[in-house]
Amino acid sequence: MAKPRTQLPKSKTGIQGLDEITGGGLPKGRPTLICGGAGCGKTLLAMEFLVRGATQFNEPGVFMAFEENAKDLTKNVASLGFDLKDLIARKKIVLDFVYVGDREIETSGEFDLEGLFIRLGHAIDSIGAKRVVLDTIEALFSRLPNQRILRAELHRLFRWLKEKGVTAIITGERGEDTLTRQGLEEYISDCVIVLDHRVSDQVSSRRLRVVKYRGSTHGTNEYPFLIDEDGISVLPVTSLGLEQAASTQRIPTGVARLDAMLGGAGYYRGSSILISGTAGTGKTSLAAHFAEAACRRGERALFFAFEESPNQIMRNMRSIGIDLQPWVQKGLLQFQATRPTFAGLEMHLTKMHKAINAFKPQVVIVDPLNSFVIGSNEIEVKSMLMRLVDFLKMQQITGLFTSLTTSGGALEQSEVAISSLIDTWLLLRTIEIGGERNRGLYILKSRGMAHSNQIREFLLTDHGVELRDVYVGASGVLTGSARLAQEAQEQAGKLTRLQETERRQLELERKRKALEAQVVALRAEFEAQETETLSIIGQEQVRGAQLVQERVDMGLSRKADAAVRPNKQKRSSK
Amino acid sequence: MKTNPTKPVTPVPEGGAREKKLDTYVLRLYVAGQTPKSMTVFDNLKKICEEYLEGRYQIQVVDLLKNPQLASGDQILAIPTLVRKLPLPIRKIIGDLSNTERVLIGLDLVPQK
Repeated sequence: MAKPRTQLPKSKTGIQGLDEITGGGLPKGRPTLICGGAGCGKTLLAMEFLVRGATQFNEPGVFMAFEENAKDLTKNVASLGFDLKDLIARKKIVLDFVYVGDREIETSGEFDLEGLFIRLGHAIDSIGAKRVVLDTIEALFSRLPNQRILRAELHRLFRWLKEKGVTAIITGERGEDTLTRQGLEEYISDCVIVLDHRVSDQVSSRRLRVVKYRGSTHGTNEYPFLIDEDGISVLPVTSLGLEQAASTQRIPTGVARLDAMLGGAGYYRGSSILISGTAGTGKTSLAAHFAEAACRRGERALFFAFEESPNQIMRNMRSIGIDLQPWVQKGLLQFQATRPTFAGLEMHLTKMHKAINAFKPQVVIVDPLNSFVIGSNEIEVKSMLMRLVDFLKMQQITGLFTSLTTSGGALEQSEVAISSLIDTWLLLRTIEIGGERNRGLYILKSRGMAHSNQIREFLLTDHGVELRDVYVGASGVLTGSARLAQEAQEQAGKLTRLQETERRQLELERKRKALEAQVVALRAEFEAQETETLSIIGQEQVRGAQLVQERVDMGLSRKADAAVRPNKQKRSSK
Repeated sequence: MKTNPTKPVTPVPEGGAREKKLDTYVLRLYVAGQTPKSMTVFDNLKKICEEYLEGRYQIQVVDLLKNPQLASGDQILAIPTLVRKLPLPIRKIIGDLSNTERVLIGLDLVPQK
């Protein structure tokens, strides 16, 4: 078998997400049972199936309503943007309201439901319908007696629908222990979809589950779905595998120093980033930086705010020098602010999906994640976030989430326990030293890049976030004014040392000068002595000469023969 | 379609339809095709009318196989269905009319217990 296995022919519903779950739609030419409690969206799903069939797939359809009349039905679905009147006028849809009566009909003897068959057959033939909805056929049971005949006739009806080759949706109200009150699931065994509308912690959420799909694989989970102005959208996210492409492109964080800490280039595109920290540590500010940086690059950023209004965020960010307003006006930045309690998790998720699909951002910010945790729904929150992270990764959208951790708890345990989904995790914490609180930032992990292991002090200045080295000394990590004091102390020490050196140099100079002065003095003294000595010597010599002369003179005057031996006389005189 | 001329006759022995005794009954019978079943129900109806509404009834037979578009007008689901168009209010009886007592109750010809 070289060819892929032949799948059951399917009929696309056109409903967002449902075709993915069912692997291509409802079984073509067969009836499908859709059941659920009151108000769970059965009629709407069936109607959307018909309208989409008529408008998108050129398959006209017949809607046989047993509960609502045509006028009400038209009005109800008009709010979802379905123009039934127009479709009916264009012979794309036939709406047949079957009024069974408000009390039990009198019976006399045997009967069958041939009238219903004829009506339906006539409607199908009149527009060449390919799709049929019977909503809710069980209404027959409360009005018509003789259940035995009804059951046999319904069985015949479903067979007949198959023979007609129409793709049919039969809706049924949920019973006590059974999927439907009248056990319709016994007759319609090809495909059964259960809708559910439940309220937990005062928040309602709608879910859809494909209970059975004969001859086809299908997602078996409960999928949340949403009814809004565009109809139904189902969220088939948990079926995703881990097949996302991993980009090697890096995008700046908006804080230069943080880029440096993250291997010098910032986050990976399409990665998921968690910023966790206690209250007031600047999570939103970092997120705003990132959003602004994205807008500066000309990318679109979508900011889901669950605690503050867009105006409040913009005002607060302006105070630290980040002006987001221009980007909002340019259409590069979009805020989606809702209260977490406004809707169920699924509703939020679906709304986020829709917003992302509509805005097509490159960057998505969720601030904060854990405001969704109400009561004990952590597991649900985690699964929701997993789906969101998966979804973002599939689209190569960089997701930045903030998470508020409670002080006192383990900082590294993010409240919603999604750490395993996160690629880059920044931890903001307050450091209490010297009677003050200061902010510290460090990178808990960052997959696929060499990153700094240093704690940085984190300052919120009027020109944005600034990261500073913290002082690590004998007394531990110093931040804030303790760091400033330490820095001042160091500065003073440095100055003292400098002055000391200078003093020593001066001293040396002085000594040298003193020495030189001494040398000069000594020399002067020596010179003085020398001069004196020389003059004495001179005088002596002069006197000696004088003595000789005097002797000669004396000899002359005595007329002695001194002129013969003058040396003798000289020697004796000594 | 079968029509009998209207003429006043003696009151109904059971005395159920006190003020309606002079009303003309317009009855419409919906069937699907000329089947033995259709014949049976028509015969049953005819018999009852002759016995209890002699001379003041009209029976219209609608074959939905020939005129399927007529099914929605009277909200027909079951076959056969007998619709009492007149006197008002409209009443419906489904089944082959083999149980005469139920038919009389359905047509309001006897007081309901």
